[in-house]
Amino acid sequence: MSRDAILKTVRASLKGEADVDARREAVKARLSSHQRNLIPARGQLGDAERVALFAEQAEKVGATVTRVDDAGAVPEAVADYLRGRNLPQRVRKGNDPRLGALPFDKTPTLEVNTGPSDGTDLVGLSHAFGGVAETGTLVLASGNDNPTTINFLPETHIVVISAEDIAGDYETVFERVRAAYGEGTMPRCLNMITGPSRSGDIEQTILLGAHGPKDVHVVVVG
Amino acid sequence: MLITAPKFKENAAKALVDKSLQKALGNVERGFVAKRAKAAAALPEFDALRDAARDIKNHTLENLDLYLEAYEEKVTAAGGKVHWASTAEDARDAILDICTAANARTVTKGKSMITEEIGLNDHLEVNGIHPVETDLGEYIIQLRGETPSHIIAPAVHVNKEEIEADFRRVHTHLPKDRQITEPTALLSEARVVLRQEYFNADVGITGANFLIAETGSSIIVTNEGNGDLTQTLPRVHIVVASIEKVVPTLEDVSTILRVLARSATGQDMSVYTTLSTGPRRPEDPDGPDEYHVILLDNGRSSMLGTEFQDMLRCIRCGACMNHCPVYHAVGGHAYGSVYPGPMGAVLTPKLWGIDQSGHLPNASTFCGRCESVCPMHIPLPKMMRHWRERAFEAHQEPAAQRYGLKLWAFMAKRPKLYHLATGIAARVMSLLGGAKGRLSSLPLAGGWTKHRDLPAPETKTFLKQWAEGKR
Ligand code: SF4
Repeated sequence: MSRDAILKTVRASLKGEADVDARREAVKARLSSHQRNLIPARGQLGDAERVALFAEQAEKVGATVTRVDDAGAVPEAVADYLRGRNLPQRVRKGNDPRLGALPFDKTPTLEVNTGPSDGTDLVGLSHAFGGVAETGTLVLASGNDNPTTINFLPETHIVVISAEDIAGDYETVFERVRAAYGEGTMPRCLNMITGPSRSGDIEQTILLGAHGPKDVHVVVVG
Repeated sequence: MLITAPKFKENAAKALVDKSLQKALGNVERGFVAKRAKAAAALPEFDALRDAARDIKNHTLENLDLYLEAYEEKVTAAGGKVHWASTAEDARDAILDICTAANARTVTKGKSMITEEIGLNDHLEVNGIHPVETDLGEYIIQLRGETPSHIIAPAVHVNKEEIEADFRRVHTHLPKDRQITEPTALLSEARVVLRQEYFNADVGITGANFLIAETGSSIIVTNEGNGDLTQTLPRVHIVVASIEKVVPTLEDVSTILRVLARSATGQDMSVYTTLSTGPRRPEDPDGPDEYHVILLDNGRSSMLGTEFQDMLRCIRCGACMNHCPVYHAVGGHAYGSVYPGPMGAVLTPKLWGIDQSGHLPNASTFCGRCESVCPMHIPLPKMMRHWRERAFEAHQEPAAQRYGLKLWAFMAKRPKLYHLATGIAARVMSLLGGAKGRLSSLPLAGGWTKHRDLPAPETKTFLKQWAEGKR
């Protein structure tokens, strides 16, 4: 079968089976050690600078960012954003308990629907698993809490993120994924999102809003 | 896929006098080169990261058998299935079987060079399954019945007027008097048309930029979000990836991601980097029910342990073609292969045979820019020379070409003549391209002095093509 044939050719090219045991040990060690390679200095900033860099980088790629003191202020921030964009006061979110606990009673005109998106929603609301300051990247984990469809189908995506979940580098977020899901285990889908969808396929001119959201708005809490 | 690489010289001659192509190629040179330079300069650690990325891939290739086994184990544990495919045909068959079992009529596709390599679309179509490309560039060339002319910008050779004409020809259900001259209008139209396709599709097929041995994840890196909709909405997700895509850990992929987008488009990070692991879980409200990975060899395993092993580090960023004066001059289609530019000149003889690609390793000025920008430090000029030597040893070059070699040797010993020839060529180029600055960006003379000890017979012939293009 193909499997054995391919592995056999690979082994033969790698000078045979002679040192396979030693190699096996080395590979095992590498897979479990999670050793970090070089991390750029910009990925290793202190708390305050890190959040500032995250916001700066996210804005550089066309996302918008607001910061609120605590979760209680999120519904108003969402309603404000929608008003400012002339969008209807309606969002779709998943079952994330952090979103469920938000005081939406403070914004009675804001309609909040829960469940995955079927493509008819204009605005999606998600809670990020984490963020990466070095590139202004949001990291979202799939599941009942934050369905993947909400990240891609609505034209506008509002993402809530706790300041403390903003890491400097990708590696730190991945370490937190391991802590949350277990060694070598992942959520079905981990979306790293850096700004709104874009395409350069028409004469190399960058246009926003290709197939995913045209607008990404980040609400940093804390 | 029909390989027309043996006709490189004819293809190139045509490309040089194709005005609309030359206009479009100006975008490659102006856009990608400047953006990459800016992104690389903005990250002090960029070069050190390139070294680290190279080391990661070298380590992986030296233990490829073990990493592939580890990867497969993890995919299986997550509920996915790995299908090993020695050849393009094996891969096509495996994909068709999955589609047939899923009763698929429509298949959406994220951008993937490997499905071009295995000629998947034609195979699906003759078997009654309709493939829909969803990356905007791929969609455009699918409408035109063309193949990609660039590995990350497949429609880079097409102008917006041509796209408008194609959309009007195909989207006949839309009002005739609509305004779609502007790129934004074209994009909106494609967005609406393709949105429906994601929902109609029974199977979504994507490639993979990386496979992670530690977790059994496949990664796609995109800007549009089409790959994500392709793999999220249909019932079945098929990942098609070649064996050298595997990397050990999440840390390792982090390092390579830092050089990928910067080298490709000059972004710090592409918009969407998506790690997928297995099918929908019991508690998941969305995502595919089935997750399959086609693991393709197609000649790669036999590159290990040879002078072409380094090519397997390639992360398909496109920087080598973006910086190649030959690519700038003739575009991707002239190469007549799925993979154009310097990386294609190395890979094509391996994948389709040296007899099918004899001219490609000569499609170079040996200026060395491809190697100097390659994030994975792949010695592309050296490998092109390997191929040329092999072809020459096998006497596969026709007499005219061997004569060309003698001519080249004659020229090489007479720098003034050489400069005259390259000067003419450069002037022809700037006439054809109509772009200022093209002349100065043709590093032919510099390339000659740097590599004066290297025979480059086809360069002479290539220059002749330019000269002919003047007429
Ligand atoms: S050979 Fe290097 S520069 Fe060319 S596509 Fe591959 S990684 Fe990028």
